[in-house]
Amino acid sequence: MFASGETVRVKDAWPEATGPVHIRTPYYVRGVVGEVVRHLGDFPNPEDLAFARPAERRPLYHVRFRKSAIWPEPKPDDELLIEIFEHWLERP
Amino acid sequence: MTILETGGERLLAAVRALLEQKGIVSTNEIMERMAITDSASPGQGARMVAKAWVDPAYRARMLEDGTKAAEELGIPMRGMPPLGVLENTAEVHHLVVCTLCSCYPRAVLGYPPLWYKSAGYRARAVRDPRELLASEWKTFIPDSVKVRVVDSTADYRWMVLPERPSGTDGWDEARLAGIVRVGDMIGVTVPGV
Amino acid sequence: MDKEAKRAPHDLGGASKFMCEPVDIEPHSLTDFDREVDALRQMLAAKKLMTVDELRRGIEAIPEADYHRLSYYQRWIRSITDNLLRHGVITETELRTALEKL
Repeated sequence: MFASGETVRVKDAWPEATGPVHIRTPYYVRGVVGEVVRHLGDFPNPEDLAFARPAERRPLYHVRFRKSAIWPEPKPDDELLIEIFEHWLERP
Repeated sequence: MTILETGGERLLAAVRALLEQKGIVSTNEIMERMAITDSASPGQGARMVAKAWVDPAYRARMLEDGTKAAEELGIPMRGMPPLGVLENTAEVHHLVVCTLCSCYPRAVLGYPPLWYKSAGYRARAVRDPRELLASEWKTFIPDSVKVRVVDSTADYRWMVLPERPSGTDGWDEARLAGIVRVGDMIGVTVPGV
Repeated sequence: MDKEAKRAPHDLGGASKFMCEPVDIEPHSLTDFDREVDALRQMLAAKKLMTVDELRRGIEAIPEADYHRLSYYQRWIRSITDNLLRHGVITETELRTALEKL
């Protein structure tokens, strides 16, 4: 589990390169460091639900990123807030 | 050509006929479901916003748990994804998008508008939100206000609680609800009088 | 951004090819076709025959050119049909026969 305020990095993983998958982690945020805002609850893993496989419940977090960490940003304070499952997060 | 490349209208008619014949989904069920879905509209979200503007305790409950706050106003939420509410302030402006598909707070806003589902909106909202809002909606976010783009990627649905515009002192809830538009609750526009 | 070369076609956030795409902000009413497809999806979910995640997987499997050519609910009915066939709720033979009878 991650705590609110903890620094996390989204895994720089590309499973779509190797076969049919269903992923809810946008490409643009992979490998990017952000901050956990809060745990939103636990939800069945959509990567399994999409293939009608038994889906374990996984913690889902709201994670905040500086937009300038992803795209050049004239307004350095602008942010992105994204729901990301725990298995996509690591400690940097 | 595979069978899935058949035109959508024909696929729908054939699939519905088969499901009806097999006793899986009847025409009546489809009609009932359409009526229920049609009854959700931005007016529901607008009622929540207006109440939050006049009732600080409701506002606090709404920010804590959007689903319960919607239910308090009689909006059906059973079976719907959890609803989160994002509060716009003098410091931060929220903009909701779903870059992966079209996740949208349907329970409180109804069907998503065409623009919300478009490739242009999905691409531009996360990368250049200020330019998108300015060029398409003539919504100008001051430099002093931080833009926080919320990419709705998973199990929650998000709506924006906009700031109450000036010039509305003394207005009752119904009158306030009348000025809240869909775009205000997604963050592409801000309410005004 | 070099990540862009690796994005899947539906994963559109910040996609350069759409950064100059105008957005039609006018209201558009849904057609009966749109509303029926929407209702059918909800009924299939309620009857545990297809999750929304399976709907999305089916949409994401549509080749890129078709994805952008098809309307929103045309993508949905294509994915719904794909899923019903996969689960054997309907067979391709039944579907062909039903299409011929229309």
